Amino acid sequence: MSTAETTHHDQDDHHDHGPAKGLSRWVFTTNHKDIGTLYLLFSLAMFFVGGAMALVIRAELFQPGLQVVEPDFFNQMTTMHALVMIFGAVMPAFVGLANWLVPMMVGAPDMALPRMNNWSFWILPFAFAMLLSTLFMESGGPAAGWTLYPPLSLQGGDSFAFVIFAIHLMGLSSIMGAINIVATILNMRAPKMNLLRMPLFVWTWLITAFLLIMVMPVLAGAVTMLLTDRYFGTSFFNAAGGGDPVMFQHIFWFFGHPEVYIMILPAFGIVSEIIPTFARKPLFGYVSMVYATASIAFLSFIVWAHHMFTTGMPLGGELFFMYATMVIAVPTGVKVFNWVATMWKGSMTFETPMLFAVGFVILFTIGGFSGLMLAIVPADFQYHDTYFVVAHFHYVLVTGAVFSIMAAAYYWLPKWTGNMYSETLGKWHFWLSVVTVNLLFFPQHFLGLAGMPRRIPDYSVQFAEFNMWSSIGGFAFGLTQLIFLYIVLKASFGKRTEQLPDRVWEGAKGLEWTVATPAPYHTFDEAPDFRDEDVAHGDVAH
Amino acid sequence: MTNSKGVQRRSLGGLFHRAATLALLTLMAAPAWADYALNLTQGVSEFSERVYGLHMLILWICVVIGVLVFGAMFVSMYLHRKSRGHEPAQFSHSTKAEIVWTVIPILILVGMAIPATNTLVYMHQTGDSDMTVKITGYQWKWKYDYIEDDVSFLSNLDSASNSARQLNSGIDPATVDDYLLNVDNRVVLPINTKVRFLITADDVIHAWWVPDFGWKRDAIPGFVNEAWVEIKEPGIYRGQCAELCGKDHGFMPIVVEAVSRPAYQAWVDEQKQEQLVAEQNVERDWSQEELVAHGQAVYEAQCAACHQLNGQGLAPAFPALAGSPVANGPTEDHIDVVVNGRPGTAMQAFGDTLNEADIAAALTYTRSAWGNKASDTIQPRDVRAAKRG
Repeated sequence: MSTAETTHHDQDDHHDHGPAKGLSRWVFTTNHKDIGTLYLLFSLAMFFVGGAMALVIRAELFQPGLQVVEPDFFNQMTTMHALVMIFGAVMPAFVGLANWLVPMMVGAPDMALPRMNNWSFWILPFAFAMLLSTLFMESGGPAAGWTLYPPLSLQGGDSFAFVIFAIHLMGLSSIMGAINIVATILNMRAPKMNLLRMPLFVWTWLITAFLLIMVMPVLAGAVTMLLTDRYFGTSFFNAAGGGDPVMFQHIFWFFGHPEVYIMILPAFGIVSEIIPTFARKPLFGYVSMVYATASIAFLSFIVWAHHMFTTGMPLGGELFFMYATMVIAVPTGVKVFNWVATMWKGSMTFETPMLFAVGFVILFTIGGFSGLMLAIVPADFQYHDTYFVVAHFHYVLVTGAVFSIMAAAYYWLPKWTGNMYSETLGKWHFWLSVVTVNLLFFPQHFLGLAGMPRRIPDYSVQFAEFNMWSSIGGFAFGLTQLIFLYIVLKASFGKRTEQLPDRVWEGAKGLEWTVATPAPYHTFDEAPDFRDEDVAHGDVAH
Repeated sequence: MTNSKGVQRRSLGGLFHRAATLALLTLMAAPAWADYALNLTQGVSEFSERVYGLHMLILWICVVIGVLVFGAMFVSMYLHRKSRGHEPAQFSHSTKAEIVWTVIPILILVGMAIPATNTLVYMHQTGDSDMTVKITGYQWKWKYDYIEDDVSFLSNLDSASNSARQLNSGIDPATVDDYLLNVDNRVVLPINTKVRFLITADDVIHAWWVPDFGWKRDAIPGFVNEAWVEIKEPGIYRGQCAELCGKDHGFMPIVVEAVSRPAYQAWVDEQKQEQLVAEQNVERDWSQEELVAHGQAVYEAQCAACHQLNGQGLAPAFPALAGSPVANGPTEDHIDVVVNGRPGTAMQAFGDTLNEADIAAALTYTRSAWGNKASDTIQPRDVRAAKRG
């Protein structure tokens, strides 16, 4: 730590610290890179499981009439698709990225709590095995929507108890992961890296981790009350017993709205790393980016009831939640403007990570626009619970969160594996994805405006054409992701053909680009000498 | 959705036409294309028109902002490329720019919030109504009670849609009139009358939504929500349940028929006449054949969604009636289950929604159908006795 020359190739001194062999390496690992890999592979698997469920949905909606599944199974698919994608694909992917990158970005040798890190991950396969097993039980899986609104969710069979327990486990995993990330960021940064010198990805994850710690226990409380209502005769949400079914929605969305930002703030961080690299220009407005992220996180706690405008709130309540929701557009706008300003007068190239990052900025912003429209209460009386909402949240989650994860995968894959992916295949993957995802989700705006409710297995014939387009887009988008699978597997397991430089991308900034490629099993055993020019925001004086 | 006949063309030419329409709307969001069910309906009430105006205002603001922001991005992506030899600038902040793009959005938001607030205040004025209709959501039908006129009925998905919507029914939905948007009993309302709705539910949460009225409102058990409409044009307005309420959530439509005030009064008189007949039917003795014939119709409309046409039910939530101990057991127990429901399950208390003749007929049918051997007769007055007992 006292000398400056320890940043490069320090793995050479540690031949005896390589990974264990075989399965036990992965089961007992406390290495942040191994655990990051486990998270990312798990999330990739869940992305395809959840995607298969989405294809069942789109197959049934391909044309009017019921051709493929019974309505109850359709409801199980919509419910499970959401639970698997949110808790199994998007969140673990971001945690995996945090595991790989946060220690390397702040110059720490590992996560602060490595054994807990192992446990955080290994809970997940069991939680999802339990959740998915409900599909094979006599009463079928949960079918009341991922929001689990009572009294409907309490009508299901006994698989309900498994679902609740699985959600508890996922919450435990998330809370432990979040504590670990906070502890790592606050305690293990390289000397001289004060908070306002941290890369933006680290900042967004620090804030996300606080959100997780605050809201996952609220979800646990809500589902525990469902459990006792279902099995132990309580009446938290049962009007006949003096309870209140709307109270569940308040508690759920007090978790649920911050949860939405848990799935998008790390994406902001990723894009804020990638755009400066390929614009070869420092990130514009670093400090305002940090404050905007923190503002969004704060606001996420006071807007929850905008998911419930049609439950019949008093006028004052509706006005408060409308205004608070509209205010979110301001810090979000600042972020988008900053990304554009970062690109402005840069020297841009468009490798696959940059394509996905630019795609993210444009398509996420479209999702933001429809979000702003949904905030307007009288208009929401029409939009609510229609395909307009479905289109909105898939723009922010698929072309938002998922695109950012793919951008991150392409961006850091060479650093993780030592192999460069095929740029041609990557571009095919991007362009096919961007065309098909819009064919999939853009017509859903029209369906919603024309009056098609969400979560229905069959529809009036006037909605037939757009549903057909959307289904074609869905299958094409799903198939396109096999290219991504191939690229990731080839880079991970393919033979290494060339030695890539430490700084894989010409314009890349950040401590992770100062270690060897592929990143050695242990990095930063000694703290690096951090210099301002090591981060993507360059001049940190402002 | 009054225009549904106009948009059912599925020919290739129609598709091209739709594609052109789509492209146009994407570019200009022109209100003239609203007829093609690409855009929000303007509806038939003052409120729905205001909502449409708000919707278009925000849409246009978003389009303008989008063109500016994405335009700047595309200009930059074209001009500031390495392949064009553009050298990167190194600026990383500008306080002036950051203040501008914080303050301008705030002003735009205030401009949106003012008309939105006005419209919302207007919507909340539920007082001074001319009549009140209570709407109750059930799995999976609606019940309407006209408070002043003392009319009350259930509204189910129509039987043509219901046959076509079964898995692999072999019936092309395009051949069914207003597929999934048609009911057996329409809600009839007078135009130019402020109608207040009291909206609630009996089992799970539903949501009552007719797009032409401009709003939806959740129907929540234990709560009574208020909403209102003053319909300007006579016509038939269709909508659906908008809150996931179980397996047949997609199959509980709403149809409102708006008529002139005299026509409404005539309809009320007709309903009263029918209720009188129904009342007499409870008092008289029914033959076994009569009960079974009427019971089959009631069963198919009210019971078959869960217990299935063949009486086999859907395990585990909806038990089979064929061979069931209840349907083959003592009549009192069978009447009790149907009249009072089974709390904690999906079995409703039909004593609240069906009249005694319907219940008696359905019970009699159930006890003799699908090999059930009780085959006894339950008279409407037996049901009435049980209800009062």
